[in-house]
Amino acid sequence: MSNRHEPFVASGDIQPSPPPSSVVGPIAWVRENLFSGVANTVMTLIGIYVIYSLLASLVPWLLLNSVWNASSLQDCRSIDNGACLAVIRERYLQFIYGFYPTEERWRPVVAFVLMLVALWPVLFAGAPRKLLYASALYPATAYWLIWGGTIWGPLAVMAGPIVGIILYRVFDKVLSGMMDEGIAGILSMAGALLLTITWWLFAVVQVDAILGSILNIGLEPVASDKIGGFLLSMIIGVSGIAGSFPLGIALALGRQSNLIFIKALCTGFIEFIRGVPLITLLFVASVLLQYFLPPGTTFDLILRVVIMVTLFAAAYMAEVIRGGLAALPKGQYEAADALGLDYWKSMRLIVLPQALKISIPGIVNTFIGLFKDTTLVIVIGMLDPVGILGPIRADQNWNGIVWELYGFIAIFFFVFCFGMSRYSLYLERKLQTGHR
Amino acid sequence: MSDTAVLDREIDRSKLQISDEIAIEITMMNKWYGDFHVLRDISLTVNRGERIVVCGPSGSGKSTLIRCINRLEEHQKGTIIVDGIELSSDLKNIDKIRSEVGMCFQHFNLFPHLSVLDNCTLAPMWVRKEPRKEAEDRAMHYLERVKIADQALKFPGQLSGGQQQRVAIARSLCMNPRIMLFDEPTSALDPEMIKEVLDVMVDLAETGMTMICVTHEMGFARQVANRVIFMDQGQIIEQNEPEEFFNNPQSDRTKLFLSQILSH
Repeated sequence: MSNRHEPFVASGDIQPSPPPSSVVGPIAWVRENLFSGVANTVMTLIGIYVIYSLLASLVPWLLLNSVWNASSLQDCRSIDNGACLAVIRERYLQFIYGFYPTEERWRPVVAFVLMLVALWPVLFAGAPRKLLYASALYPATAYWLIWGGTIWGPLAVMAGPIVGIILYRVFDKVLSGMMDEGIAGILSMAGALLLTITWWLFAVVQVDAILGSILNIGLEPVASDKIGGFLLSMIIGVSGIAGSFPLGIALALGRQSNLIFIKALCTGFIEFIRGVPLITLLFVASVLLQYFLPPGTTFDLILRVVIMVTLFAAAYMAEVIRGGLAALPKGQYEAADALGLDYWKSMRLIVLPQALKISIPGIVNTFIGLFKDTTLVIVIGMLDPVGILGPIRADQNWNGIVWELYGFIAIFFFVFCFGMSRYSLYLERKLQTGHR
Repeated sequence: MSDTAVLDREIDRSKLQISDEIAIEITMMNKWYGDFHVLRDISLTVNRGERIVVCGPSGSGKSTLIRCINRLEEHQKGTIIVDGIELSSDLKNIDKIRSEVGMCFQHFNLFPHLSVLDNCTLAPMWVRKEPRKEAEDRAMHYLERVKIADQALKFPGQLSGGQQQRVAIARSLCMNPRIMLFDEPTSALDPEMIKEVLDVMVDLAETGMTMICVTHEMGFARQVANRVIFMDQGQIIEQNEPEEFFNNPQSDRTKLFLSQILSH
């Protein structure tokens, strides 16, 4: 054979044609993914066997032989040998609400439905943007619905930021006449923020009391120790998630700051919180925190726990977001600078949207971890779902029951955590803008 | 690094007017990175309408020089006056100068999370507070000028390198800059894309824009620049009109550099 090739010139275009059936369609998929080789075929068969064995014991236990109607574990066992789901049927309301008064239980339900409405514009870009303003009112509304009391307290809390914004405007106008615009802006921002926090810490309780004595509009108050079960998990989890996200962003930016004081403060906070177990912080919340607050303020235990969980998650969040910030090419910061965007605008418009997108898996990881960590509040005597287990299992009728109750709690947590995980995948897909 | 992408078009030299007005004045500017003295006693005056090409071996400080002009890098000694404003640590002056001076980077640095159009309207809308409609109209105008208007709704990641660099130029132009800085705009591009970017830059020169380009495109330097600056080890070694610079270099270092980049 010689190495010479015949000269060649293409005589025309070859038109694209549909692929053969061995490449597309369900049969091709099965062949390609399940039986593509000896190893793959063996693993597929083993997988099928494992799934079959699981179902073979689970289906009779959970579905075919399970008992829904019985008054005690003995009853259950005498009827059939499957799962004793009668305990769930008898106690599920306690799992959901804890010891929340029966006739007031519509309130958490309304709060839950309103939460879904409030989350809609936050999570999905398709929702009307104006709804975001309504979402901003949700925290105070939910607080009022769940804890009850006069309507004045939540209204006073909501008034805080509005008054703060008005104060900021006034300060800004007055001060910009006297000094440099940038400094005036920072000063009035700090002033308004300080006054708003002072208002929340010292004035809200009094305003609530005074207005409440004049005109008592409100709901029956419900004490914190009555709140338990999934309701408690949701309160701590959702507030923790909502609070730790912005705080984490602020900490991550602070840690990257050129201002050495802010940088040291944020780094110190993050390292301290990460170095301490959550349980320690929860004990601090339940026992120690009271000593540090101004005398006379009674801080609700759930609120204290929410604050601690938020701070704890925020430290982790900050590190996750810092990873995203570090992954962003330096050119992005430079391009934003070169266009004349100031620090806040370049962070808000250029850096954070990209850094947060990179950090989505880590952020959702932290959220899921936080949500599951809410079960730790059992150590300070709060009755979250796992805490509710104790009284049920101590009940003579249900003594000895394990799988059904833990399984029920597991399903609850799985549904929410899996939901968050799916949402994060959806978000990643939606934010995909072609390869970089 | 050669004459590969020689421009095949006639340039209307009559449009390339240089005025007496001074756009940039740099006097005895020095910069250090830690102990390393990157820029040494740089003095340079740029008139409005000038097209200056800065060349030199890598590490000679040419990128650093133009990045000092819009304060992406801070200089430690000497003065830089841009458009009559002296660069100091005053943030307001810096932001003002940055919105007057456009810049294109070697790696384009488009914002990948925004569409091409949004890349162009972002700075006018947020820095200049223009209404969206007005910003979009001008963005489309410039995108048309760089011949990429049909891609306005795509994301940067979906475009080729040459297209991205043209968008980057349009993005800078949307701020109506009076000076444009180019930091090796064609170094990251394939040969066939270099030409489309250089074409846009020639168009820009013909509008009378003041331009400072760090580039190794000697064809561009010959035909468009009115001055070529050669830098080595942080100093300006030689500057001259392109004709003289290429045909009759004075310094040995310039001769060596030119022989290296023009030999193939």
